[in-house]
Amino acid sequence: MTQETVNNDATETEAPVTHVAPGPHLGGGCLTARWMMLDVLIGLLPVLLVSLWVFGWYAARVLAICVGSCVVAEGIFTAMRRRQCRLGDFSAVVTGVILAFSLPGTAPWYVAVIGSFAAIGIGKLAFGGLGQNIFNPAMVGRAFVMIAFTSAMAAGGYVASEKAGVPDALTQATPMTALQQEGKVASLGDLFWGDTNGSLGETSAFACLLGGLYLLIRRTAAWQIPLGVLLAVGIIAGGQNLMDLQAKWTVGHHLMGGALLFGALFIATDPVTSPLTGRGRWIFGLGIGAIVMLLRSLSAYPEGVMFAVLLMNAVVPLINRWTVPRPVGGPVPSKA
Amino acid sequence: MAKDGPTPLERFINGILPENPVYRQLLGMCPTLAVTGNMKAAMTMSGAVLFVLFCANIITSLIRHLLKPHLRILVFTLTIATFVTIADRFLAAYMYEMSKELGPYIPLIIVNCVIICRCEVCASKQGVIAAGADAIGQSIGFALALASIASVREILGEGSWFAMRVMPEAWPAWAIMILPPGAFITLGLLLGGANWFGMSRSAKTAA
Repeated sequence: MTQETVNNDATETEAPVTHVAPGPHLGGGCLTARWMMLDVLIGLLPVLLVSLWVFGWYAARVLAICVGSCVVAEGIFTAMRRRQCRLGDFSAVVTGVILAFSLPGTAPWYVAVIGSFAAIGIGKLAFGGLGQNIFNPAMVGRAFVMIAFTSAMAAGGYVASEKAGVPDALTQATPMTALQQEGKVASLGDLFWGDTNGSLGETSAFACLLGGLYLLIRRTAAWQIPLGVLLAVGIIAGGQNLMDLQAKWTVGHHLMGGALLFGALFIATDPVTSPLTGRGRWIFGLGIGAIVMLLRSLSAYPEGVMFAVLLMNAVVPLINRWTVPRPVGGPVPSKA
Repeated sequence: MAKDGPTPLERFINGILPENPVYRQLLGMCPTLAVTGNMKAAMTMSGAVLFVLFCANIITSLIRHLLKPHLRILVFTLTIATFVTIADRFLAAYMYEMSKELGPYIPLIIVNCVIICRCEVCASKQGVIAAGADAIGQSIGFALALASIASVREILGEGSWFAMRVMPEAWPAWAIMILPPGAFITLGLLLGGANWFGMSRSAKTAA
């Protein structure tokens, strides 16, 4: 532990005050929790615009319910724990937005509400609040409703039941489901611009890349994680592609389809639930990519980003222990 | 053998809430998590545990002077296994559907630590009356705990209680509550609630 002594300016000579405090001593004022969360919200703007363009009123409805419920849940649960309410750091809003973007536009209102309460209550505050949670709260909420309300969240749940006045995208199966069930292949252009069905935030690769790039430039998101995910998916899908050159669902489809880019850039990069070190982040990212490909190729689910993120979240403490960096000046003496 | 120790009445009262096997001692977690998907299964389980625990406690208490320290666990287990086999065959004969639903969890009562714990803590040290009262108290506590968990899970998961509809028809069934994750989440939340209740009560008595 370093201790630093800061003397007040010598001009005030009559009362010398000595401050002794443990580090860190420099507060930049830029990378606070609040600023990081605001950055994520700014990064999500392009995704928001595309989802409003594609899903219209449906996107706005789910988004409003999720954000509202998350904020209310945060208020209720922090009050129960008699803690100071920290709505000002916007973490509840971010959880709500990411949860909403991972739900189908047709999700019934109770799915959104219960998902939000599970995300904030079980996913975050049961562990002790922001910074203590092991699992990404939004993904915990989504996993909860996915298992609780299978019919609303399975492939059929993504397609609107009534036909009149529904955005075009909501009348067709999601690209991943269409591939798995009927072998239909979406065009790369649709996947890139986002004119397909799917979870609200995942449809457009372009919007995800744009917002994600902003996060990477601002260093709110660690660059190793998305790169690791894309690398793992690229290598595995590329290998599959090379083995079967006739396949219509190519590496490009794998990289741009489903929730991969949204997950890699916005979900996996949550600073609380991802490893601390650079090497650890590579392992984390590569692991997510590999599990996504495993689930996409071999499981009954069309998409696996949520489970991949949750599984890798679980091993983050282990990764952190493996990749303790060597401090300047030599190795850490081993504890006897 | 020491004759002093809690009286039969104390043993009975203690088992219900102050030393509740599930919420206080955290024993018998396996049936607590596995068979609380609906009230019927949970209550059948509680009945079986009551029968086995009562009989095992009485027998153990009767032979407590013959027990050798290094063989006592073996003797407990054999005694319990006898009554578990009776309960298992009884259920298979008269409640076949329920027996199939509970599956391996009835035979698993043999290794249920609630029962071995009661034989060790109470029946092998105290008289028949205390042992019997202890068995009934602990069984009631166990049944209450199972009932609380099963109520939450069945009402949320199926909208019914004892297979009777209690929620409106439009109630969306939370399938997760019937599945194993629901058991863990419910147990965790109820355990937290029980601890919180106990803490606030002890704070009140201390003040």
